[in-house]
Amino acid sequence: TAHSPSLRPPSPALCHQHPQLPSSPLPPLRAPLAHPESRSPHAVPGPIPSVPLPSLHSRPHPFPLPGHAKPRKAFPVIGIDYKHVRIPFEISLWILLACLMKLGFHVIPSVSSIVPESCLLIVVGLLVGGLIKGVGEKPPILKSDIFFLFLLPPIILDAGYFLPLRPFTENLGTILIFAVVGTLWNAFFLGGLMYAVCQLGGPGLNHIGLLANLLFGSIISAVDPVAVLAVFEEIHINELLHILVFGESLLNDAVTVVLYHLFEEFASFEQVTILDIILGFLSFFVVSLGGVLVGVIYGVIAAFTSRFTSHIRVIEPLFVFLYSYMAYLSAELFHLSGIMALIAAGVVMRPYVEANISHKSHTTIKYFLKMWSSVSETLIFIFLGVSTVAGHHYWNWTFVISTLFFCLIARVLGVLVLTWFINKFRIVKLTPKDQFIIAYGGLRGAIAFSLGYLLDYHHFDMRDMFLTAIITVIFFTVFVQGMTIRPLVDLLAVKKKQETKRSINEEIHTQFLDHLLTGIEDICGHYGHHHWKDKLNRFNKKYVKKCLIAGERSKEPQLIAFYHKMEMKQAIELVESGGIGKIPSAVSTVSIQNINPQTLPLERVLPALSKDKEEEIRKILRTNLQKTRQRLRSYNRHTLVADPYEEAWNQMLLRRQKARQLEQKMNNYLTVPAHRVDSPTMSRARIGSDPLAYEPKEDSENLPIITIDPASPQSPESAELTSEEPKGCSGLPPSPEEDEEGLVMRVKEPSSPGTDDVFTPGNSDSPSNQRMLRCLSDPGPRPEPEEGEPFIPKGQ
Amino acid sequence: MRELADRTGFTSEQIEHLHRRFKQLSQDQLTIRKENFDSIPDLEFNPIRGKIVHAFFDKRNLRQESDGLADEINFEDFLTIMSYFRPIEMNMDEEQLDRFRKEKLKFLFHMYDSDHDGKITLQEYRNVVEELLSGNPHLEKESARSIADGAMMEAASICVGQMGPDQVYEGITFEDFLKMWQGIDIETKMHVRFLNVDTIAHCY
Repeated sequence: TAHSPSLRPPSPALCHQHPQLPSSPLPPLRAPLAHPESRSPHAVPGPIPSVPLPSLHSRPHPFPLPGHAKPRKAFPVIGIDYKHVRIPFEISLWILLACLMKLGFHVIPSVSSIVPESCLLIVVGLLVGGLIKGVGEKPPILKSDIFFLFLLPPIILDAGYFLPLRPFTENLGTILIFAVVGTLWNAFFLGGLMYAVCQLGGPGLNHIGLLANLLFGSIISAVDPVAVLAVFEEIHINELLHILVFGESLLNDAVTVVLYHLFEEFASFEQVTILDIILGFLSFFVVSLGGVLVGVIYGVIAAFTSRFTSHIRVIEPLFVFLYSYMAYLSAELFHLSGIMALIAAGVVMRPYVEANISHKSHTTIKYFLKMWSSVSETLIFIFLGVSTVAGHHYWNWTFVISTLFFCLIARVLGVLVLTWFINKFRIVKLTPKDQFIIAYGGLRGAIAFSLGYLLDYHHFDMRDMFLTAIITVIFFTVFVQGMTIRPLVDLLAVKKKQETKRSINEEIHTQFLDHLLTGIEDICGHYGHHHWKDKLNRFNKKYVKKCLIAGERSKEPQLIAFYHKMEMKQAIELVESGGIGKIPSAVSTVSIQNINPQTLPLERVLPALSKDKEEEIRKILRTNLQKTRQRLRSYNRHTLVADPYEEAWNQMLLRRQKARQLEQKMNNYLTVPAHRVDSPTMSRARIGSDPLAYEPKEDSENLPIITIDPASPQSPESAELTSEEPKGCSGLPPSPEEDEEGLVMRVKEPSSPGTDDVFTPGNSDSPSNQRMLRCLSDPGPRPEPEEGEPFIPKGQ
Repeated sequence: MRELADRTGFTSEQIEHLHRRFKQLSQDQLTIRKENFDSIPDLEFNPIRGKIVHAFFDKRNLRQESDGLADEINFEDFLTIMSYFRPIEMNMDEEQLDRFRKEKLKFLFHMYDSDHDGKITLQEYRNVVEELLSGNPHLEKESARSIADGAMMEAASICVGQMGPDQVYEGITFEDFLKMWQGIDIETKMHVRFLNVDTIAHCY
């Protein structure tokens, strides 16, 4: 009987005293059988044993009741109002505990090399739970809605957004067969066998019906993505196996959802008719495809939104997170597969969003996702441990041991049979070693526990026994299988992940090979894998990219985008490694001269300037390096900043060109030439004496001009530039050596024919303009990188 | 037929299927010329179709001792080229696998090396990248060139390592090419399924 009205909101997870929520069509949030231990309403039950809290009321009465004079006491200088902050406080404490644990494991490396992190976290959870219980408080149990609504989505989004798409799609058939057929097999095999065990198991088990057992089987049979991620991340096996097991754990969610709801419904029926079975079968397709559809819709909307965010870069990451989370919630709303929706949304939105957002937003998204998923994972495992201590258990030797045993057998049998079937269709067959790892990697985890926890106690009174069995299986798989998989991988010499650095050569070769194989398929007349992929790519390029990607980027081919990304990475690496003087030993000193010696112009002593790719790289370097006028040795020796000698030379060349062109013009328009065309020496002298004689004018069409992209935001530095450049001028005058030069503006005289790498200056004369133009091989000046850039800098 | 099967490694079923396709392409003649490949509609979208068609007539791929281009190929040659795209079999041992891999890579090498001098020079590499990007009409040649230059420099640094400023890297030889492809499992990637006999696309 609290004095004051209870002002705190119903606490979501961590307390057992919250009032029963009104019934809803969704599964009940918690078992109606509340933990009956009476607690004095004043005592605040919480997982923190440390603070001994006196009973207190939350707020003083705002108004004294009539007839009651407020007792006079001293004004409280300091007071405690724990109830006010209780819930956020406790949540933060748990998260802090999780993070500190993670820290601790890495400070003590010896333990974490033997035992995977997930095991350690469960042990910590057990300890904390034991501690809380020891103090007399009630440790909290992992509530299903907290798990499904808050803890699981970050992990799945992280997995989906960064899913390696190529291996996933290449192995999609295999993954689907494992996920769907494998899980179905597991569920029915296990359920059936457990039913048999129950019938034979004596009085304690006889009453458990077939449907209950099938339900149990469907709960326990699903491979858990969280556990798989946690364990497989540390063992670094090759990409194929990783994607097979991980993909299976993601895609089996649809099956699990359908089976769970199916059997839960059926358990209350007297009879199951054929119609029900057919409906159940149909609902599988609805759940999975519907989930994917919801995800795709949200993904497209997110991509479309990101097209317009160029002015408010700071909230770009939020769009990604919100749309994905909405996809998950919307799918859960309709009882569709939330996990598949989340994966689909992440996969669909990623290529378009990344083309639109700034580099910083990309980094933000990456780090936030990693952070959230890491914390979620830690919390899940800790809570598993705590829930074990806190929960009601009902241990039945027969049931638990046979569950464990049959789980393993079902998994092994399923993998063996399915692999035999799949290998008929695979080019790269799965070896027995692979099969062993796939079978061994079928870990169960918190999803199974939460699903079990959701069971209605009234319909399933053996729920406690189920939960005990589930927890035992989880512990076994995580501890025993998780710990032993690493030495087994080493023992069996399973191929590990190759740490290959993505290189431009690989990209070229991969694309070349793709086109080659598509061509061969067309020649053979076989509409295979490559043919359809090629068609999809072409459709994507033609229609979809135009809608979803902003500006110039929509036409950028993949190779160019990749190349720009590499260049950016290199520039940033270079900058971070300290710039000048500290060339990392891995950097080679191969430069452009080494592969194309004709780039040296004949009169020059210095090696030629290479093409500069992006102004952004240049700006990064300029702002970060003290001596901007020095020649840098970048990874592939592109000289990114102008050399002073270079500039003076180019300036002179420029002036000469100007003079000539001006004279040419005048000769065209005047009957009497204003002055004779001087010999080059004379004009040089004239120009030298009067540098202002030949101002740049808005010149005519016969001067080659770099087209400036008017759509791109102007940086202050380049603003003056573009005002001088005639807008809308385009096109390069046809010249015989045009093909060689591309966009380069040429001074005909001094360059040797092969000088395609000398970036000769254009028709503006100030040094900064020159430098700017020199670095531009693409149209368009760069906006300030600090203001937020498209992640992949604008190419052509 | 037996002999063909042994030499190229196809099953008789696959040879039948390919023979049907060959007859379609050659319009019931005994040999195919370059022009016959124009009748395949889907090939038009392929940016490197020139190189692909060229590869069919490249004598080095046809395992003939001479060099240069053949004018026309018969069914046996057609099968020989197709045999480069067979998937690996489980029963291959290490040595066979290695030889298989080298053959596939040699095929690719010949496609890159258009002047048959045994090296992929910078100009040839540029040509390859330009062709790859030729599907995009908005593109300037400049980008293709810089990508090729960057790739070449990377190849040089992989194959030769540190180079002084006056050393010149002539071109990618076959050994260097092998080194570059080490990261990619070519034998698992470069294959076409010859299983599905029914989906024969019709030419014009």
